[in-house]
Amino acid sequence: MATKTFWDWVGAIVSNYGQMFLSGAGTTMLIAITGTIIGFLIGLIVAIIRTIPVLPQDNKAKKVILKVANAIMAIYIEVFRGTPMMVQAMIVYYGLMEAFKIDLDPLTAGILIVSINTGAYMSEIVRGGIESIDEGQFDAAHAIGMTHWQTMTNVILPQAIRNILPATGNEFVINIKDTSVLNVISVTELFFATKTVKGIALRTFETFFVAGVIYLVLTFTVTRILRFIEKKMDGDDSYTIMASSSMPDQQFIKIRGGKHEHRQWLHDESDQK
Amino acid sequence: MSEVVKIKNLHKSFGKNEILKGIDFSVNYGEVVCLIGSSGSGKSTLLRCINMLEHADKGEILFHGENVLEKGYDVTKYRAKLGMVFQQFNLFDNKTVLDNCTVGQIKVLKKNKEEARQIAMKYLEKVGMDAYINAKPRQLSGGQKQRVAIARALSMEPEALLFDEPTSALDPEMVGEVMKVMKDLADSGLTMLVVTHEMSFARDVSNRVVFMDKGVIVEDDIPANIFNNPKNERTREFLKRAIEKY
Repeated sequence: MATKTFWDWVGAIVSNYGQMFLSGAGTTMLIAITGTIIGFLIGLIVAIIRTIPVLPQDNKAKKVILKVANAIMAIYIEVFRGTPMMVQAMIVYYGLMEAFKIDLDPLTAGILIVSINTGAYMSEIVRGGIESIDEGQFDAAHAIGMTHWQTMTNVILPQAIRNILPATGNEFVINIKDTSVLNVISVTELFFATKTVKGIALRTFETFFVAGVIYLVLTFTVTRILRFIEKKMDGDDSYTIMASSSMPDQQFIKIRGGKHEHRQWLHDESDQK
Repeated sequence: MSEVVKIKNLHKSFGKNEILKGIDFSVNYGEVVCLIGSSGSGKSTLLRCINMLEHADKGEILFHGENVLEKGYDVTKYRAKLGMVFQQFNLFDNKTVLDNCTVGQIKVLKKNKEEARQIAMKYLEKVGMDAYINAKPRQLSGGQKQRVAIARALSMEPEALLFDEPTSALDPEMVGEVMKVMKDLADSGLTMLVVTHEMSFARDVSNRVVFMDKGVIVEDDIPANIFNNPKNERTREFLKRAIEKY
């Protein structure tokens, strides 16, 4: 048998075990996507609750409930940011099994852990996003009679979410890579699959090289998609001037806004009504 | 004349710093009241206390005979009935001009979209911004933003409108367009409470001028008396400086 080169091994591994890599990558993405989305929602809810203002005229019950809730959330954030996800995985998966006889399947446990862990980070990221919004936006929303919830959902969060998209993208990319620690509870994600392939093919370097390339393709694709979403959310920089009773009648008007330049026909009077 | 808001012995401190030291004052329906005074005299704090953006420590704010500082009073409903126009405009940056004027009507007053749109258009036309309904705040000039902010407040059809130095953040050439809108509103009989450094507005448009200094109301009178015949030494000094400056 002639000596195989590096690329021969890579080719052989891909053609023989490609299916295992693919299903591992699929599981990795499933956990990363679900975990990031659920974590993002946890982050939003925690941040909304933590920013509820306490006013002097609020009743005692509300003050106490908020205080307890804030304490619980602070502990949650500290604990899950302050311990490794690998340790959390062992505790949740084996701990629940031993102590409470709750037998989660590894995939469910994996999604649960990534979600809770991401939630802790996202809570802080969302809080930062909310604090970055000008105080005047809160004032204006309160001044027209919006409640805290209405202020958050209509005014603050749409702006805050745009501002924290890059940080959220970071979390997503980290999650794609960090699902690899879930191999300790035998979730068959990409790293686990790679280890299995290595055990059969007995080539460590080439097998993990393939895994590395797959991880890179996954994270690169995700960052490009997020960048696209950011651009979409920023919207077009131009706008149309409508026909108005207070403006001279023009047939055609050109608006320059930022980098785009648009020409648009004015709606005539009959269009408006 | 009946009062929109009546304030009794209002106190407010930030830490050890007492900003309002017992304010008694009221605004009647149909009145245009100007609050004047040097920076740090507590005028803006008073306005923010009236709208509950700041919470007064002591005293009463009576609205339709009810003290809004009382525990359990529905603050959001109260705020919806008092419009507010800010120095920094504070338009919702994520919303178009039209949406800025409809979101409160839809979410707070529970109006349907079409009705909200019609009301918004009416007031945007009034301030001369109906051509810009699709624009985002970042695309407007300061004067245009402030006119939209006034339309947003009017769209809630409030019982009174509070203005917190509405022209202080504007370039000089834009002050006029906002002042004209405010004068039109005053002429239409809207109840207005205006914190301002525009002495000409206070003198020519308002029904009453309130001079504040160091957290107390020093003088509260019709503009002719305040400007031509101030009773208090502090008022005289302030007006002398103010008129030199502007």
